[in-house]
Amino acid sequence: MYEGAVQDLIDELGRLPGVGPKSAQRIAFHLLAADAADVGRLVASLQRVQAEVRFCSICFNVAEAEQCRICRDPRRSLDTICVVEEPKDVVAIERTREFRGRYHVLGGAISPIEGIGPDDLKVKELMSRLMDGSVTELIIATDPNLEGEATAAYLARLVSPMGLAVSRLASGLPVGGDLEYADEVTLGRAFEGRRRI
Amino acid sequence: MYVRHLQLGSFRSWEAVDLALTPGPTVLVGRNGQGKTNLVEAVGYLATLGSHRVSSDAPLVRHGAAQAVVRAALRKDDRELLVEVEINPGKANRVRVNRSPLPRPRELLGLVKTVLFAPEDLALVRGDPTERRRFLDDLLVSRTPRLAGVRADYERVLKQRNALLKTAKLARGNLATLEVWDGHLADLGGQLLAARLQLAADLDPFVTAAYEGVAGEGADRARLGYTSTVPLAGDGTAFLPGIGVPSAAELTAALARRVEERRKEEVDRGVTLVGPHRDDLVLHLGPVPAKGYASHGESWSFALAVKLACFALLRADGEEPVLVLDDVFAELDAGRRTALAEVAGTAEQCLITAAVAEDVPAALRGTRVQVAAGTATVLPAEVDGPVAAEEAGAHG
Ligand SMILES: Nc1ncnc2c1ncn2[C@@H]1O[C@H](COP(=O)(O)OP(=O)(O)OP(=O)(O)O)[C@@H](O)[C@H]1O
Ligand SMILES: [Mg+2]
Ligand SMILES: [Zn+2]
Repeated sequence: MYEGAVQDLIDELGRLPGVGPKSAQRIAFHLLAADAADVGRLVASLQRVQAEVRFCSICFNVAEAEQCRICRDPRRSLDTICVVEEPKDVVAIERTREFRGRYHVLGGAISPIEGIGPDDLKVKELMSRLMDGSVTELIIATDPNLEGEATAAYLARLVSPMGLAVSRLASGLPVGGDLEYADEVTLGRAFEGRRRI
Repeated sequence: MYVRHLQLGSFRSWEAVDLALTPGPTVLVGRNGQGKTNLVEAVGYLATLGSHRVSSDAPLVRHGAAQAVVRAALRKDDRELLVEVEINPGKANRVRVNRSPLPRPRELLGLVKTVLFAPEDLALVRGDPTERRRFLDDLLVSRTPRLAGVRADYERVLKQRNALLKTAKLARGNLATLEVWDGHLADLGGQLLAARLQLAADLDPFVTAAYEGVAGEGADRARLGYTSTVPLAGDGTAFLPGIGVPSAAELTAALARRVEERRKEEVDRGVTLVGPHRDDLVLHLGPVPAKGYASHGESWSFALAVKLACFALLRADGEEPVLVLDDVFAELDAGRRTALAEVAGTAEQCLITAAVAEDVPAALRGTRVQVAAGTATVLPAEVDGPVAAEEAGAHG
């Protein structure tokens, strides 16, 4: 244990994803030794992100207003929701032009190694969106890797009493991969050929 | 197949080496610590993406260097195969085959086939179950490359599931997602288990035959068995080849049931107790397991028999592996040397390391490579005499 402020910094850094106690310590001492100007820039950019970037209050995509562009678009259908892990997955799926519904961004996937469980994702928020009955189809487009599959299986189980059509993107996506790296054609095809689960 | 050319950069003690190799037996000779084993270790790395001596990649990189490179030109089915592996400890390795990069290193597995026998193999008989599981899984992947993915995913699920069990143990409850991981565990575990049992069944007759050849007439019969944390038939958890291998689906179902039965125990202990990661390959010698019973000589014979069985199995699959014999002749008595030499003489290529050339049976002393002071030189036949005399002093 170190003196108050240093230990506080180490603790805060250690809470970041992918940063273990050793790395947290290394980063903290790097910052201690760094130029005041460099640290100032880091602080400023953290504050700017905090102040300027926000998440859509409906789907948790990044937004420049209270709601994101897609949620505000009246032409997007209300009866289908596509669940993805990250905002970058929304961008990837939008590129395919296959999907005319709305999204729900979970903010990650279930991964006990990283201490991420359903409560750390926007799962409760998804459930409340599904409550009012206007949504009839749920497409689960989590990444085609173990954590994505686990998240999909968990969600499918959770919503099964609601009687929705639940589907998962068809295979053809590179297994073990990341949705954002799939090319448009493959992703589009996986979308079209989605299978009920 | 055979290695036609081997090139190393910053691998182990080798700063750079460039070695032309030929089919048939080649003996790498030189004093202790000159880098003979390092050379064949690199060949083995191309087959398993791992070393037969260490479990991590870091020691493979030459002291002071950031990365190591192993490059080899092979002849495989009369075609030229160029394999290049860049070893980056702590980071992703990079692999190129015929100059095109592979998306993932593990896609190399199965392409280069070797069977390597070394003193470390004694651990197959005497060591922990981990050694035998790794042996089985490496051979599995070499025969069925698709299983590399199953193996890696299984290990990942195990980590995830253990992490969840650990937090559940700390903060009771929090098990909402456990069933999801149970499903993955059972699915992948069933596939891995089925493949292992089939492999044990395939390998068993070859082990029996090889042991007979090595230990001679009248020796006990060597057989393989498998003990599992998953009930394999009725209540039985022990498997002897010949019963018939259950299907992956049956094993998945059995694994899922067992996981449920032991749930409470798993939560209490915070760790996954059921699955192929807890199983063991059992080497039976006559009526007893070799581990804990076999004599020193019997243990060596068994380890050798297992490796010769691998060689015979891969050969029966239709692909001749490169046979690598690292520092083993000095450890074997005359009878076992002869038995090994008989098989080695038939291999398409056999790479042998020895500090003293005379330890290697004469029939295998075809091509010789002198390894000394950071160089490897193919010896012309004429200098046989003097070099042999010089080496006599290097025994150690
Ligand atoms: N990462 C490394 N960097 C530099 N040198 C290394 C590295 N790893 C091993 N060595 C050196 O390589 C030498 C061992 O080489 P190797 O095991 O190939 O010997 P050998 O010729 O097989 O000897 P023996 O006849 O005793 O089996 C040792 O001197 C060791 O210090
Ligand atoms: Mg050696
Ligand atoms: Zn939105």
